[in-house]
Amino acid sequence: MRRRNVLPGLPLSLGVTLFYVGLIVVLPLAALVIKAASLGPADYWQIVSSPRAVASYRVTVLSALGATAFNLFFGLALAWVVTRYRFPGRRIVDAMVDLPFALPTAVAGIALTALFANNGWFGSVLEGYGIKVAYTPLGIMIAMCFTSLPFIVRTVQPVLEDLDPALEEAAQSLGGSDWTIFAKVILPLLAPALLAGVSLSFARCLGEFGAIIFIAGNQPMSTEITALLIFIRLEEYDYQAAAAIASVLLLTAFFMLGVTNWLQARALRYTVKG
Amino acid sequence: MSTLSTRKKPPRVGDNPLFRRTLIGVVLALVAFVIVAPLIIIGVEAFAKGWATYRDTIIHPDTLHAVMLTVLAALIAVPVNTAFGIAAAWAITKFDFWGKRFLLVVIEIPFSVSPIVAGVAYLFVYGLQGLFGPLLDAWDIKILFAIPGIIIASMFVTAPFVARELIPLMQAQGRDLEEAATSLGASGFRTFLSVTLPNVKWALLYGVILCNARVMGEFGAVSVVSGNIRGQTNTLPLHIELLYHDYQAAGAFASASILALIAVFTIIAKVALERQGAGRVRKTANPAEKTS
Amino acid sequence: MKIRLENVVKTFETFRAVKDVSLDIGSGELVALLGPSGSGKTTILRMVAGLEYSDGGHIYFGDQDATDIPVRDRGVGFVFQHYALFPHMTVADNIAFGMKVSKVKRDKAAIDARVTELLRLVRLEGLGDRFPAQISGGQRQRVALARALAVDPKVLLLDEPFGALDANVRRDLRRWLREIHSELGITTLFVTHDQEEALDLADRVVILKDGQIVQQGTPEAVCRDPQSAFVMKFLGDANVIAADVRDGRAYAGDVCVDAAGVADGRAELYARPSDLDWSHDGPGIAATISRVLDRADGRRVLATTAAGEALEFDVEPERLVKAGEAGFVTLRRAKVFAV
Repeated sequence: MRRRNVLPGLPLSLGVTLFYVGLIVVLPLAALVIKAASLGPADYWQIVSSPRAVASYRVTVLSALGATAFNLFFGLALAWVVTRYRFPGRRIVDAMVDLPFALPTAVAGIALTALFANNGWFGSVLEGYGIKVAYTPLGIMIAMCFTSLPFIVRTVQPVLEDLDPALEEAAQSLGGSDWTIFAKVILPLLAPALLAGVSLSFARCLGEFGAIIFIAGNQPMSTEITALLIFIRLEEYDYQAAAAIASVLLLTAFFMLGVTNWLQARALRYTVKG
Repeated sequence: MSTLSTRKKPPRVGDNPLFRRTLIGVVLALVAFVIVAPLIIIGVEAFAKGWATYRDTIIHPDTLHAVMLTVLAALIAVPVNTAFGIAAAWAITKFDFWGKRFLLVVIEIPFSVSPIVAGVAYLFVYGLQGLFGPLLDAWDIKILFAIPGIIIASMFVTAPFVARELIPLMQAQGRDLEEAATSLGASGFRTFLSVTLPNVKWALLYGVILCNARVMGEFGAVSVVSGNIRGQTNTLPLHIELLYHDYQAAGAFASASILALIAVFTIIAKVALERQGAGRVRKTANPAEKTS
Repeated sequence: MKIRLENVVKTFETFRAVKDVSLDIGSGELVALLGPSGSGKTTILRMVAGLEYSDGGHIYFGDQDATDIPVRDRGVGFVFQHYALFPHMTVADNIAFGMKVSKVKRDKAAIDARVTELLRLVRLEGLGDRFPAQISGGQRQRVALARALAVDPKVLLLDEPFGALDANVRRDLRRWLREIHSELGITTLFVTHDQEEALDLADRVVILKDGQIVQQGTPEAVCRDPQSAFVMKFLGDANVIAADVRDGRAYAGDVCVDAAGVADGRAELYARPSDLDWSHDGPGIAATISRVLDRADGRRVLATTAAGEALEFDVEPERLVKAGEAGFVTLRRAKVFAV
């Protein structure tokens, strides 16, 4: 089979693309990896598995899991409500979902802190129930929720919108109740997109910095996220440690990228018909 | 006679009135708390110490400088990333070549990587302990802890944005039109300008707007590479952090309000553009192509 | 289960899709709703199913007023034009779906047995573990039918069931559906815009136009005795010739046709291609041949009358006719409708 590229412009466009990607993306990441690798296995492992680093992984991952779990339900409910119901303000709500995406993380950070601090609008109310948010892992979770919500909603929404009504009608004509149809027909069809969105959202949580550091308290071993630990090492001019821990985050990002791509490919399985 | 005339359509799954109202209520409440409240509090806190403080913060030289720096970063990073996005989209969607899928993944990387990691990576290229460090130092070129560093770090973080909007759309549109134009003798640029561009203009604009919002809001990567020198290398987000940690909360919120306003305009523009068909590859309307 | 529609009306926004339709369908009958796009046939089918609500009138299943009963309780089996098979379930799971969700509990063995039985009925034995994306369009439609039959519906409803398939597959499935219907005897109502399909399959054909029934009857009745120009044209190719009616007879050229019941004045003769013939000398309608198209089984003549009407008809392969020839078109039979 001959594959001839018929259109003009391949050398130029591909050249520009490769040059740019190489210079802006690959080069820096390669430099980071080289720097991290220059440590030698023993030193690398020592830094990467130090108690403070491990604590930061735990804080980051657990908070990300919590935020993602919450967003799974909230995001699905949001997508459902905006897609399937009509109510005043629906369009505005749909647009607002993008606010976390468009709003700078630092701005989100100070806003959330103001809301959830002990004397904040929400913080003061929660304080009355004995729930502290600011300067605790819960605060980290809320900041993560805020910034990663759009990812789940926007991944599920198109699939929900394009769901063939005939499938629901068929299930109804066969006698299924609302809940049965949702559980056995709709949810399985949403699942691939939902999973892809969850994975994207989780990855975003792991890397988030600006929105978290204002509300987090940043106490080493208890409320310090990994991204902050890297930053602190830099301020201490401990470049080797910074490189090592950054490489952990980088590898995790690559892994999540792979998982997300795989899930998104699976999501297409039901929509690309034979 | 039955109660037919009051009903429109048979209920779908989830249309039970009680369920529907409860779910809408819960979702709206959560949206109000999680998304709307932060926006509101920015406005409230910005004016907490009165209009005078607000104005003074905004016109303060450091703030103005931060605004200018942010705008400068956007003015450079956005066009460059747009050009890159167009080139990448053209190469990927109009041609077949080995490694195409790999290239797609590589383009997506900045989207998944933590901005701190990005900043650190740039440190190790252009910083003193980086690859080019000694070389730059010898020629007395300052990239890091100076404006150029800020700009290229911003470029990393927002590189995929325009490409991400264009690629799915151009892929769905296929190559037929461009092949027709080429067979009629049009050059590459001509084909792109006359045939491709009109079909993707809304998606392109949408990508540009998102790219711009992200550049202006970039914090993590810029934190690492800027050196945080007040009045010189602080972008607006960094300036906000500075004021905040200086216990000038009202000033911080005042500066934040500028960015919040830009965010709101970004969303409005996004809604307007989505009406034109940008932001999502529209599936075909033919149901025969959908279900099995 | 007999079905009765009584003065059913459906309006979408400003469009009156169904205008006062009344119809009786006998138990075990196979009835076709035939008509062009926009005639309301699919809307009527969906109202019988409960997938749309009517804006007026009643629908009865047997003696029970089913108008307000939701679709999941009506006991209908619905087959969609694009199959609507659940893409994430195997063929067997699709078929078993209705049984698994039904209020009547069946155990796994009973369900599996029924699935196997249905797969045999639709001649898809062995394909139970495939997914819809892995089978052909014709096979998918058979699965859709098996799925609908699995819940022992009182009524079977099919919405343009073969519309998305190739002509050959359509013909095969048509014959097969007829066999299934004979075997099972379920009251069946199906919608189509293909007149050949309706005439092939149905015990009774109901022809719809603009939301109303214009004629109904057995295939023989509607074919032999179309009662309007619309039905005549819809059921097959028809040549139209201007004529004048005087005292119950229509005159065109040298031709005279019985037109009992048609008012005096201008009218049109409708004749099938097979009812016309060519003659060198009259009597007939003066015409000139414009083209002769050769086919495997005959020759098709395109002629133009003196009045400018274009006519098409077939002659035997050996007939010597050529373009430009002047002569006469003769009529074996024709229907007359007033203008």
